[in-house]
Formats: sequence, C-alpha cells, structure tokens
Amino acid sequence: MVEPVKRRVALKVLGATLGAGAFAEAMAPLRSWAKDLTLDQFLQNNYRELDEAALAEVIKRHEAETLREHGREVHIGDYRPIEGVSFGYALNLSLCVGCRKCAEACHHENNHDRATNNSYIRVLEMDQGTFDLERGNATYDHPVPSPGKYYLPVQCQQCDNPPCVSVCPVQATWKEKDGIVVVDYDWCIGCRYCEAACPYHARRFNWQKPQISADEINPDQGYLSNRLRPQGVVEKCTFCLHRTRQGKLPACQEACPTGARVFGNLLDPDSEIRNVLATKRIFVLKEELGTRPRFFYFFDK
Amino acid sequence: MESRSLAPAVRRGYLLVSTLLALGVGCNRRLATERLQPAPGPKSFPVTIREPKKLTSIESGGTNAKVQEMRVACKTCHSMRAGAAPPTSVEALQAFHQGLTFRHGPLECASCHDPAAPSARIRLASGKSLPLADALELCGQCHGPQLRDFHAGAHGGMTGYWDLSRGPRERNHCVDCHDPHAPRYVGGQPVHQPRDRFLSPAHAPALPPAQETPHG
Repeated sequence: MVEPVKRRVALKVLGATLGAGAFAEAMAPLRSWAKDLTLDQFLQNNYRELDEAALAEVIKRHEAETLREHGREVHIGDYRPIEGVSFGYALNLSLCVGCRKCAEACHHENNHDRATNNSYIRVLEMDQGTFDLERGNATYDHPVPSPGKYYLPVQCQQCDNPPCVSVCPVQATWKEKDGIVVVDYDWCIGCRYCEAACPYHARRFNWQKPQISADEINPDQGYLSNRLRPQGVVEKCTFCLHRTRQGKLPACQEACPTGARVFGNLLDPDSEIRNVLATKRIFVLKEELGTRPRFFYFFDK
Repeated sequence: MESRSLAPAVRRGYLLVSTLLALGVGCNRRLATERLQPAPGPKSFPVTIREPKKLTSIESGGTNAKVQEMRVACKTCHSMRAGAAPPTSVEALQAFHQGLTFRHGPLECASCHDPAAPSARIRLASGKSLPLADALELCGQCHGPQLRDFHAGAHGGMTGYWDLSRGPRERNHCVDCHDPHAPRYVGGQPVHQPRDRFLSPAHAPALPPAQETPHG
C-alpha cells in the first residue's frame, strides 16, 4: 500500500523545484558571460598594476582577439609619457570655419563606430556674441562658415583637476604624467559616472560593440587610446597618445585646413603652444568650475 | 595568562609579515606605468613649407559636353609667343585671360607679378624680384599679423611631428588655402555629420529663451 503524498511534502517539493529553476535562470547571464570571458581576462589586473611581462601578455591576447573577431592584424603599442613633456592644445576660434574635418579625422584615427559617426570632437555652431554651450548646434548641415555664426570644437579638455577621474568608483580612469586623462577599457565597469561628471560632454559610452569593417580599421593602435573598445565601456579623446607620444601631431590637427589648432609641449618655452599662451588672449571653457583645462581657446580678430 | 595565550598569534603575525616582505623584495617587479620615455633631444628635423602649385591653366569661360568648366593650359599660347607685360588691371586682359577672377582689393597685376617675367617671378614693393615659390614674403608685406602667426605656428595647416627631435614637419603655403587672385578662404559643406541620436533636434533639451546679458 502506497502512502498518499502529504500536501505539505508536495508543496515542499514544488517549492524546491521552482526555487532551483529560478536560481538556474538567475545564473544564466553568468554562464553566458563566462563563455565570453577567459580566465586570463577575468584575472587581468588594472593597467597600472601590470608589470611589463604581464602587459605584454595582455597586449598579445588583444591583438589575437582583434584578428579573430575583426579579421585584421593590428599592432597595439604601450606608449608611455615622455619625460619633460606636458601636452597642451590651443584653438583659434577666429580661424575655425566649422568644416568638421577634425571630427572626421578623429573618427578614422580612433576606430570609432561607423554607424553612429562617433567622434571625440563635437563642433558647436554658435551665434556670434553668445557663449552658452548648451545652445550650440552640433548637427548643422549647411555651407560653412555661416554668417553671424562662429564654430566651437569641443573635445576632452584634459583637465588638471578632472571631475571624471574623481568620480570613477573603480579607478579605471586617471591622469598620466604628461597631462592626458586615459581609460583602461578592461577595467571600466560602464557605470557612466564620468560621463555625467564631465562638464564638456567629452566622454562617450559604447552602447554597442563599435562596428567597423576590417579594411577601415586603423592598425596603429595604443593600449590606452584607439584599440578597439568592447561594449559597455566609456571612451574619450586621448590627444591621440599613440601618435603624440611618438612625437607626431594629433590627427585632428593634421586634418585642420585652417591651422586653427596648435598643439605642443607646455614645458618647452620655444614651442608653438607656449607662444600662443604668451601672445594671445586665451581662455578656457567653464573656468568657474575649477577643472583647470589644458585646452585653450582664443579669438585674434 | 592572557599575554601567554596571545604570544603564538603574535609570532605567527611576525612570520607572515616577514614572509610578505621577503616576497615583495624578492619580486622587485617593475610596473609598466613607472616607465617614461626619455626627454626630447635637440630639434634636428626641419620644418619645410610646401612648394606652391604653379598656375598651369586658366578658365576658358566655356563648358564641355558634360557641362564641366573647361580650362586652357597656359602653354597652349605661351609656348609660341612670349607674354606681353601685364596690364594694370584684370579688366584690361585680352583673349583667354578674360575668365580670370580677381577679388583681391585694388591691386594691380604688377603689384605682385614681376613685369619682366610675369609667369615665373614675383616682385616685392621694394622692387626686389623673387621666384614664385617665395610668395610668403610677398603676402606678408600686407598681411603682417598672418605672416607673424604663420611663423609662430599659429596660422596655416601642418602635418608631421610636433617633436622635431623625432621627425620633420610640413607647413602649408599661403596659396594652398588662399588663391592669390581671390584669397578669401572658400568655405563649403561640412563633412562628417554626427548621427548620435542624443544630438538630434528631437532630443534637444527645452531651453528657456536666451536672456539679454550686459554683454548683449
């Protein structure tokens, strides 16, 4: 004679089954996450905690991953600051005509997502006599320069007192010795605090994995700059450190047809940037916030 | 009583600390961030100025079957006959030169061209004749602030290296951007329209009307 199952036992079994099912379902993202993430990646340390050998390993892995996922052989360099060099940038608003060639050059140099036309530079069309950045139009689509307007290209100001760095809860972003604020894409958790903290709208979030075809990828990449970013991390202008820490001019300056952009070493008294700071009436954006930008603007007409 | 029971724990603590210290010293690992590149050396590479493109043809005023503007090479006529001394103004030019636009103040042809060799040499106000490629000095006679800024690196596009100890730099010439006969910088349609959905007018935040400020 089989004893009938008691109501209490049946409920317990049902509850346990449902509980186990719910637990398995709740853990599902973890399983798929573990599928994309190797143990090496999981155990990888912050860039600043990596010694040279460990970093070389990480770079080799990233290069292999780019070849596997994007079909392009790339070189990822670890470009370190140069002793006695502190970068500064100045922009002559009297010369800028708003052609957006700088934004385009940035797009190609830094392997941005093709679909969104992303760029670290936003050129704002402003009414002459006004200076409210919120009223600037970044999507103007008519021949430039337009009468009564001036053009204000805005990118990361590489502040000496960067709010984006102080809000980062995991120290995935920091300021380097030459003044450039960088992001460790492998350490960023994508909380976007920095994006909210930046008064210049200089940070961009990768809502999706940037899409770019193999033949359009710029293979000269920097670990802390233009290597292909993963989904869900924040990125920003790095003054093209993979170029500038090799002595080259940043891509946006090379693209500027008017010569409105002046880049150089603030510690070299004979540099072009020092000449501009000494002879032009320069100003910085939102000075009252105390961010101490090292991106300077001036009018000279 | 109590100190006796603590003693082994303290000893273990010492052991742990000394082991960690020994490990730390033994590793002596160098973090990547501690490395810096050596300071820039002497500026050994040159800054060169692009050779201006010489005008080799002029607008004929006519169009071809595809309604494209037709240009006529200078050589078409000037290989057979020497050019006459340039007249005072563009309006006085005859034949094919009629299509030449001139919007550069009240200047005369001979203000810049050397009448002795109008297509090859230029002439400063002082009467000094220079090859066409040295136009920088000629332009600077009137456009002093621009020439000053050019030499200071704050006017005119450039490519190459900011650090001249690592590589050379090339500067644009005045006439790369400014046609000497109509020097006003020609604008155009901007490139690279952002497609960021948060920048589209539909997402633009509603702002109160602009306030009149003391600065107008």
